[in-house]
Amino acid sequence: MRSSVRHRSLLERAAAAPHVVWAILFIVAPLLFVIYFAMTDAEGNITLKNLASLADYSNIFLLSVSFAFIATLICLLLGYPLAYFMSRASKPARRALLLLLMLPMWISLLIRTYSLMALLDNGGLLNTLLVSLGFERIKIIGTGGAVILGMIYDFLPYMVLPIFTVLTKLDPRYIEAAADLGCNGLQVLGRVILPLSLPGVISGITMVFVPSISTFYISQKLGGGAFELIGDTIERQFQHPSTYHTGAAISLVMMILIIISVAIMNRFSDNGGGFVV
Amino acid sequence: MKKESVLIRLRGISKSFDGETVLDNIDLDIHDKEFITLLGPSGCGKTTTLRIIGGFETPDSGEVFFEGKLINDLPPYRRQVNTVFQRYALFPHLNVFENIAFGLRIKKLCEEEIRTRVKEMLALVNLRGFEKRHVSTLSGGQQQRVAIARALVNNPKVLLLDEPLAALDLKLRKDMQNELKNIQQKTHITFIYVTHDQEEALTMSDTVVVMSEGRIQQIGSPVDIYNEPVNAFVADFIGESNILDGVMLEDYKTKFSGQVFSCLDYGFEKNEPVDIVIRPEDVDVVPVERGMLTGKVINVTFKGVHYEVIVEIDGFKWMIQTTDYVAPEATVGIYIEPDAIHVMKKSQYSGKIGDYSSYSEELEHLSDVNEIPPAEVRYEE
Repeated sequence: MRSSVRHRSLLERAAAAPHVVWAILFIVAPLLFVIYFAMTDAEGNITLKNLASLADYSNIFLLSVSFAFIATLICLLLGYPLAYFMSRASKPARRALLLLLMLPMWISLLIRTYSLMALLDNGGLLNTLLVSLGFERIKIIGTGGAVILGMIYDFLPYMVLPIFTVLTKLDPRYIEAAADLGCNGLQVLGRVILPLSLPGVISGITMVFVPSISTFYISQKLGGGAFELIGDTIERQFQHPSTYHTGAAISLVMMILIIISVAIMNRFSDNGGGFVV
Repeated sequence: MKKESVLIRLRGISKSFDGETVLDNIDLDIHDKEFITLLGPSGCGKTTTLRIIGGFETPDSGEVFFEGKLINDLPPYRRQVNTVFQRYALFPHLNVFENIAFGLRIKKLCEEEIRTRVKEMLALVNLRGFEKRHVSTLSGGQQQRVAIARALVNNPKVLLLDEPLAALDLKLRKDMQNELKNIQQKTHITFIYVTHDQEEALTMSDTVVVMSEGRIQQIGSPVDIYNEPVNAFVADFIGESNILDGVMLEDYKTKFSGQVFSCLDYGFEKNEPVDIVIRPEDVDVVPVERGMLTGKVINVTFKGVHYEVIVEIDGFKWMIQTTDYVAPEATVGIYIEPDAIHVMKKSQYSGKIGDYSSYSEELEHLSDVNEIPPAEVRYEE
């Protein structure tokens, strides 16, 4: 492997070319644009004003982080037991559960969010049902809870799948060894299964937290406009050419924050052995 | 060896997986402080027997007693046994110290006692100074030692060892055999050892249990098993043997290969058909005129200490081990002392094994037991 890195054949270079072009066009170039816009004003002069103005958005940052944090935590609390249960199920049951979990993922995120609206709206299915049963209508859409629920609903599979994968690959002999050394079921879980599935947990946390913190349509559709998250702010800034620069600055800071948190997360899983998000 | 009291008693144990019988009505007594080896080819049920004692499998029928108490339904964590697993199963998220300390932490011992006992164990298995090492950085032999220490630190009444040396190379395996025996003698813990390697079994054990097809064939000391095999399977599996079809004429007199021989065996029916076992090292090659039987040398192989000679007598190919050179194609006589003849009752294995007619160097290697067998451990999917 190492030698092929040093002397790549022409064919190998040719095979990699489409990917390199793609990466430059759609990843590297936009990134450079973001950095450029973040560091310049409307006349193209270099300035730190955009970054300095971010202090005005600290409340939105805070709200986004806390919503994403709560959603991720609940996803973890729901997702881990589900993944554990699935990994323990018989093969046919496991396949059926996996299909059920994956099925919504084949539908566009946007459509799923709209369908959640249809369910939870004041005139939606849930409230119609409640009224017909003689209960009061509950206002769900437009609350913070609805936004968090949307995040959980949309991103839960991303928590379950990596944990499930790690758990199914766990050598059953570790569990037997723990039982042999005196662990009851709960101790086996706490001292062996949990630590050994940490890479999956870290992966799941990252895969839920990152899209949750940057979402804008979930908060718009389910928050009823009452909650502005950082994703909404960025979207709004990019709708007017005059505020491109602020939008770029917010994006840049977001990116840096996410990269830092992913790096910290990967630190934790270092002990678990070669694992990358 | 003086027999200690019975520690583990298996009665009528049967077990099958997917309708395939793995254990068929096993009865076995395991004595305190004994080094007992379950020996047999892969698929004979030895590992399943061990897993039933460890609590990882429940027998379909039969009873497991530990110190007289029925423990069929006792989960592994409540049994006073610890296991050294095949391929070790060391915890990859813990270092050497924490792996060994694992059982003690579950028992919630104080930090100081844990440290003392782990240190003692590391000394016992010759791994002083390895505390901080990560298990993935250890060699196979070192991992093996950690696995033994991790089990022994809990002071179990019984240590179960599931082919613990199978993954090590020959030289290391010999060293570890001695070391295991020493550890067992030092700690006075009952060892139940599973292996398919007959030499390993003979070297280390107080008692050998030979198993085949889910049944116990013979239980005895290594010397008994070697010198007095009960049937053709045991005779063939333990060491080399010539197994001939014979008739017991009367007490101390048997007939095979068309000749009558005196022997030391008695208690058979008159003219009862029997299997005769003669070990290759017990046959003397002599000049034709002094021979009890005569035959032609088919093959001679130099083995270092001795020559392995295949001699065809009356259509049966004998294996003979001799320190004197014999020329191929020569006609020779063979001489057998009465005490070299061992007479066995006929069994289901009679006639299936024993002749060296298919003998060749290649086959010798194929049947060599040093290779790692397919894992016999089965997990329910």
